[in-house]
Amino acid sequence: MIWTGILILFCLIGLFAYYRQLRYGLVVTHMGDYASWGIYISNFVFFVAISLVGSLVTAIFRLGNIHWSTPLTRIAEIIAVSAILFASFIIVVDMGRPERLVNLFIYGRIQSPIMWDVIVISTYLVISLLLLYLPLLPDLKILNDQKEKGRGWWSRIYVLFGGFWKSNARQERINQKAVLILSILIIPVAFCIHTVTSWLFATTYRPGWDSTNFGAYFVSGAFLVGAGAVVIAMYVFRKVYHLERYITETHFDKMGKVLVLLALIYLYFNVNEYLVPAFKMKKTEEVHLVTLFAGDFAPMFWFSLLAGLIIPAVIMLFKQGRKPLPMFILGIMVVVGAWFKRYLIVTPTLLHPFLPMEDSPERFKHYFPSWEEWAIAIGSLAGVLLIITFFVRIFPIIPIQETIAEQDATPEK
Amino acid sequence: MQKKDTSRRYFLLNGLLAGAGLAAGCSGKTAFTPDRAEEAVPSGEKVKLLSIDGEVIEVDKAFLKPVPDIPYPFSNREERVGIQGKKFVMVIDLSRCKNLKKCQSACNHMHHLHPGQNWLKIYAMQDAEHTAPYWQPATCMHCDEPPCVKVCPVDATFKRQDGIVLIDSDRCVGCRFCMAACPYSTRVFNWEEPALTEEVASREYSCETSVPQKKGTVGKCDFCPDMVRKGELPHCVTACPNGVFFFGDMNEDVVTNGAETFRFSDLIRDKAGYRLMEDLGTKPSVYYLPPVNRNFKFEEGLKTEEPKPTYKTVDRGNSEYLRCKKNHPRPFAEKIW
Repeated sequence: MIWTGILILFCLIGLFAYYRQLRYGLVVTHMGDYASWGIYISNFVFFVAISLVGSLVTAIFRLGNIHWSTPLTRIAEIIAVSAILFASFIIVVDMGRPERLVNLFIYGRIQSPIMWDVIVISTYLVISLLLLYLPLLPDLKILNDQKEKGRGWWSRIYVLFGGFWKSNARQERINQKAVLILSILIIPVAFCIHTVTSWLFATTYRPGWDSTNFGAYFVSGAFLVGAGAVVIAMYVFRKVYHLERYITETHFDKMGKVLVLLALIYLYFNVNEYLVPAFKMKKTEEVHLVTLFAGDFAPMFWFSLLAGLIIPAVIMLFKQGRKPLPMFILGIMVVVGAWFKRYLIVTPTLLHPFLPMEDSPERFKHYFPSWEEWAIAIGSLAGVLLIITFFVRIFPIIPIQETIAEQDATPEK
Repeated sequence: MQKKDTSRRYFLLNGLLAGAGLAAGCSGKTAFTPDRAEEAVPSGEKVKLLSIDGEVIEVDKAFLKPVPDIPYPFSNREERVGIQGKKFVMVIDLSRCKNLKKCQSACNHMHHLHPGQNWLKIYAMQDAEHTAPYWQPATCMHCDEPPCVKVCPVDATFKRQDGIVLIDSDRCVGCRFCMAACPYSTRVFNWEEPALTEEVASREYSCETSVPQKKGTVGKCDFCPDMVRKGELPHCVTACPNGVFFFGDMNEDVVTNGAETFRFSDLIRDKAGYRLMEDLGTKPSVYYLPPVNRNFKFEEGLKTEEPKPTYKTVDRGNSEYLRCKKNHPRPFAEKIW
């Protein structure tokens, strides 16, 4: 209850900040004509990144015939849905004229990467919602069947969403087929959402963004932060709802190994992203890279790389590091590091334009978010957590039907 | 007979007041609305006026009436197409610039820009440590391959047939992707409600006048198509006392700064004109003439600049720009082509 209260409070503060922004304009932010995108956009990239995990755990593992991840699918999927939902909210918050959102549909031009993003993100949201909902149907039936045992008026929600589900052979066949099709469909769409998001930057000329590496770099980073978020959620749900029987130490161990793999892939793309331009040190790149490696942004840069990527990967190489508690801490480090990483992708580049920053107000030459920006960013994070919290209160976070089927199939448990 | 005469005069008068607008034929209020003509009683006092055809005509004073705001006579559609048969081009002669910033203040004034906003910026440039510094005024480049237009999701910024890139502030959603895409940092954003007088704020917006600017939308140099329609030069061109800016039509192959007129191709050939960041493939419509055989020393521009506390005017030859290089995080851009 305290937890929910705090989240709602943060959301309300965020809403109040947004009201101020609507009233006075984007001047309440500390963005300027140079840093014309700020933490709204980095937060957007962060949310899109985190949401990719839904496709990893539900689709890639499912198609790869990996069964241990079954109890984690719903955690991954609800993270995906709530994150992508708030990604779309935050992009509206960033607009100078949110009331003209409808112009995207009246005057939309398909050659703009923003239109591609609108298309793939809405597609991803729909598929993710279905992948959350369809496996939930058999579970709703189970919950409906025991509603006499008194879970109160929740049962009305179960009836509303799953009253038509009879669990007969035909329905189950359709459902399984649909989930399989969606699992295949969501993989290219997932790659698209983050590749297109990376193209919002890579289609410009600016140093630090003008990179052919960007799509793969973003997608690999996204899988890493998403997996980190799943680990955090696993630990919390396990503790709060006493799910030790379903989310076992083996799950943490295996997720640890997955994280190491993802971290290594991400590290590989980081090497490509930074060291290749650094080898050449073209003038415009040099200014950018030096501020990252040794300048104003160096502490954040090395923090996100070391604490958010290298140190967790090294610790997780050891069996002791893959126990639940260390995994929880490492998961937090990965997610926090990833958030700062997104900030570093958006902001420093904008402060290194080709022409000098002159004949512009002094305040445009630096960027640090205003309280309104922080409030909205934190409010949106709280909103994501709030959706997850409510979902877990209402619906079973462990897929009951699938887990039972899974345990029946693997007799050694 | 009398009545017929009145309406004829009335027609003339309105033709005068509405000016070119009627010629282009789009105004909502037509000159033929009869009601007011019947109200006015000729006073017998005549005024001489010059018609748009250059004809001197005489009009009864009673028929003169103030026109509060003539709506800009071109429709959004016409503004998006541009002026037929033209390909506008600008030439900026760096050898003549001493950072007077008259261009900038004229531009800011005529477009009623929010304080602090500049569509036209003058950069102190130095390409490398041992190369000469120079002043570089920069307008919108009105690229033939405009990166801003490519990324705009709603066609709010567009390229016209006459080469001008404009913004439709009535359509802009304020996503600022164009600002990220423009390598010339030419675009500015209206972060708050622009500070405008009531009269300016109440004017009907047009993409060609770019007035009034609107909160939450992007603005930039528009090459003053409203002036060009009137056969006049953009404000920066006429404001510069040193004749730095030349404006003209590539199809006619002529550019002028008001005092001198050159054949565009000759000027570019003879003075080795170039464009900024040619390697990006944006194909700007703004050409630069290199800062050779200069009319002014670079340092003279430092003196005319608004006094900045970080600059110390110590007379030690070239040391002044090196000093401000030290005091600024990155005062001199590197030429990147």
